[in-house]
Amino acid sequence: MESAQKKDVPVVTILDPKFKYEVAREPGGENIKYCFQCGTCTSGCKVAELDSKYNPRKIIRMVILGMRERVLSSDFIWLCATCYTCHERCPQDVRIPEVMNALKNIAVREGYIHPAFRAQAELIAGYGRLYEVDELANEKRTDWGLQEIPQGCPEVAEIYGITGLADLLSSGAGGKS
Amino acid sequence: MKMAVFLGCTVPVRNLSYELSAKRVAGELGLELVDIPEFNCCGYPVKSVHHETAYLLAARNLALAEERGLDICTLCSACTSVLTEVSRELASNEALLDATCKSLGMLGRRYSGKVKVRHFVRVLYEDIGLEALKKAVKRPLDMFSIASHYGCHYLKPSEIYDGFDHPEVPESLDKLVAVTGARAVDYRTKKDCCGGAILGVDEETALSMARAKLDDINSAGADAINLICPFCSVMYGANQRKIGSGHGVKYDLPILYYPQILGLAMGINHEELGLMQNPIRPRALLAKIS
Ligand code: SF4
Ligand code: SF4
Ligand code: SF4
Ligand code: SF4
Repeated sequence: MESAQKKDVPVVTILDPKFKYEVAREPGGENIKYCFQCGTCTSGCKVAELDSKYNPRKIIRMVILGMRERVLSSDFIWLCATCYTCHERCPQDVRIPEVMNALKNIAVREGYIHPAFRAQAELIAGYGRLYEVDELANEKRTDWGLQEIPQGCPEVAEIYGITGLADLLSSGAGGKS
Repeated sequence: MKMAVFLGCTVPVRNLSYELSAKRVAGELGLELVDIPEFNCCGYPVKSVHHETAYLLAARNLALAEERGLDICTLCSACTSVLTEVSRELASNEALLDATCKSLGMLGRRYSGKVKVRHFVRVLYEDIGLEALKKAVKRPLDMFSIASHYGCHYLKPSEIYDGFDHPEVPESLDKLVAVTGARAVDYRTKKDCCGGAILGVDEETALSMARAKLDDINSAGADAINLICPFCSVMYGANQRKIGSGHGVKYDLPILYYPQILGLAMGINHEELGLMQNPIRPRALLAKIS
């Protein structure tokens, strides 16, 4: 239609009114509905102060309004430093960093995982730890009189199998971000 | 007193001087730290990706400590928070414990919910106690001014830490510094986060967060920063030069791990505490002592 060709057609966001319930069922998301938008979280957030893309109060508002796709596919949910400053101050015990974790968990299942987090999760699956402890590292440890550390930990890969994270990661989730 | 020491991923590869000094000082104070080489990552980085996996990673670590009948002593603040959170959840939520035990059973492990977790510095503060530490000091560091970075997970979320220190007006680290004879430096941004957790997501913001604190600590006249977390050490130590050159400043702020500060005050040789192996060599500082 002709009007659709025009430049400033507003982008319509499809709302999912059930989204807030979905988040509330996720571990960490339980208290999201208590938010009364006071802004205490954002006003003390160091990340928000430096990066205008990040605003925890607004993210919670978007969830409550049902902006499911916008939130889950965003970069901003990955910006919480989980410093818990807001958590200590929120008058409604919304548990913001845990809500962000809940959102990230859902995002991962929807195929959105930040590459930095994917990389970390894969390293841990492979080595049992975030860093490989190779022979050189162990030599250095021995020189210092510190105990050697085994290379790799197969039980961690088993854990990924038990919980289904192995499948999630190999299904190629996370082209996004 | 005997505890399992949980090194985490970063300390045993990148912060050997932290591990070395903690073990050295602990031995001197009658705290026996037992290594469990089979420990895996605490689970912290996985929590935002897959909650259940993070919990199981943490639970396996708790199970390994329980097998040996030991509580856990941690060196990394992020490890402390995840392991503490999971140990408390499993001790109070039977349904979760049952479900977790089912999964652990598939690995041939079991857990009954007994292990408690505490940061190394909290053990010094609460269990060894300031009085005993004071007695152990042989060479008071009254020529030093030291600014403590509390970081986040050592104190927060406060509901998992039994109120051993206040998240908004913390004092444990300053008291621990003061006990060594050094001046504990107060500064405006003391409670702020270093930004390390988002270094991989938004480097510019992360480094700016660290810079704000470096600037503050510098102008407060500190000789060094007291750290208790290897993540924070990446920000203030490994990245200090990068942060400085990014805005035309040359910082020279050595970072010290608390057990190194305490160890120096106890009269232990700096080589046994790995001081010259720190990311920023504290030459000027050491010259002040001798
Ligand atoms: S501080 Fe709590 S109640 Fe206030 S806006 Fe933030 S989440 Fe909502
Ligand atoms: S926990 Fe996240 S949202 Fe809250 S203050 Fe810290 S960075 Fe901001
Ligand atoms: S907090 Fe980080 S470094 Fe410490 S064990 Fe966990 S993942 Fe590894
Ligand atoms: S990186 Fe920030 S959030 Fe993590 S321990 Fe250091 S100060 Fe706390």
